[in-house]
Amino acid sequence: MTNKIEHHPDDSTLMSYAAGSLSEPLCAVVAAHLELCKACVHEVHAMERIGAALFEDLQGSPINSGTQEACCKAIGQPESNAKIPDEPQDHSVLTRILGSKLADIHWKRLGFGIWHHPIKLSPNCNGDLRLIKVAPGQVMPEHGHGGSELTLILSGSYSDEFGKYNAGDLSDLGDDVEHRPVSDSLEGCVCLIASERKARFKDIVSRIVQPLTGL
Amino acid sequence: MAHLLQRVAQSRDAQAFAELFENFAPRIKAYMIRQGADPTTAEELAQETLLMVWRKAGLYSDTKGSATTWIFTIARNLRIDRLRREVPWQTFPEGQEEQASDDIAPDEAVSERERRERVHAVLATLPEDQHEVVLLSYIEGLSHSEIADRLDLPLGTVKSRMRLAYQKLRESVEDLR
Repeated sequence: MTNKIEHHPDDSTLMSYAAGSLSEPLCAVVAAHLELCKACVHEVHAMERIGAALFEDLQGSPINSGTQEACCKAIGQPESNAKIPDEPQDHSVLTRILGSKLADIHWKRLGFGIWHHPIKLSPNCNGDLRLIKVAPGQVMPEHGHGGSELTLILSGSYSDEFGKYNAGDLSDLGDDVEHRPVSDSLEGCVCLIASERKARFKDIVSRIVQPLTGL
Repeated sequence: MAHLLQRVAQSRDAQAFAELFENFAPRIKAYMIRQGADPTTAEELAQETLLMVWRKAGLYSDTKGSATTWIFTIARNLRIDRLRREVPWQTFPEGQEEQASDDIAPDEAVSERERRERVHAVLATLPEDQHEVVLLSYIEGLSHSEIADRLDLPLGTVKSRMRLAYQKLRESVEDLR
């Protein structure tokens, strides 16, 4: 990452991530940003200490005597039995989220100058996570966000009322903010977008596609 | 607690593990219950968390934080995986770049304890409305939208209360250096 990252998740978003209460799609986008942003990694570690302090304050629940015995017995077993299902660390976080390398994504065309690739979430999970690719110079209609929505720029850039967003930047706009992004005139942009609610994305697409299909 | 974890990591010390169990299992069980687990599941998850502590102890590095923080992150991720059945994208602060040091330096141990006291002190002085959202987020595991629904507040208000709480807590939880 050659550019300096200038747009970060809101503190409240990072706290929710550290608390483990951010929903899966939003969590994935924050994790992909953290992979690129040391400053936010430090914030998250600090925020995890808040969780640890609150956890420490909890009044413990008594454990059945047999449980500790069983647990201490289990650690006595040969280590080879204890298969550690560790996540493969040789892949980047982004690759694990996408399930393949970004370069290998099969894009589906959504309309003129816009492609997408939906990413599978856990079955019981609400929300939406997908890659979006926008052609150079595309203007998206002014829109607001009903609920939490995060956009991570993976390549190219876009600009809106709040500045220019380059690769690694994350846009974390509140639900009361309206903006009108324009993709970079040479490169366009590729983004990972998460929204808390399933229906949200359709609105975004219709907003983008509407003016182009003349509806 | 860090020294117990070091003993587990370095000499697979079963006695140290038993002490960690006694210290942490009841609190992990309480945490899981607050997160919505029934007592039986909560106890299983407490046991599973500690078994993971045993297996992953070698990855623990005291340079990345206190033992309590490390164990909290393991419990947190297990909860996302089992209770919410979602993928926990959060990584453990396991210090891949830094080698686990042989011993925790005495002054470091002191500052870690001092820091913990400071965090508790600041938490105790948070205004009630900020303390409430922080607790709902960390201990009850509610998303900002769920907190907004629960308290009948706009989403933006929940987020700004979280931010205000962090501004007060920040200095006490930042990296020591």
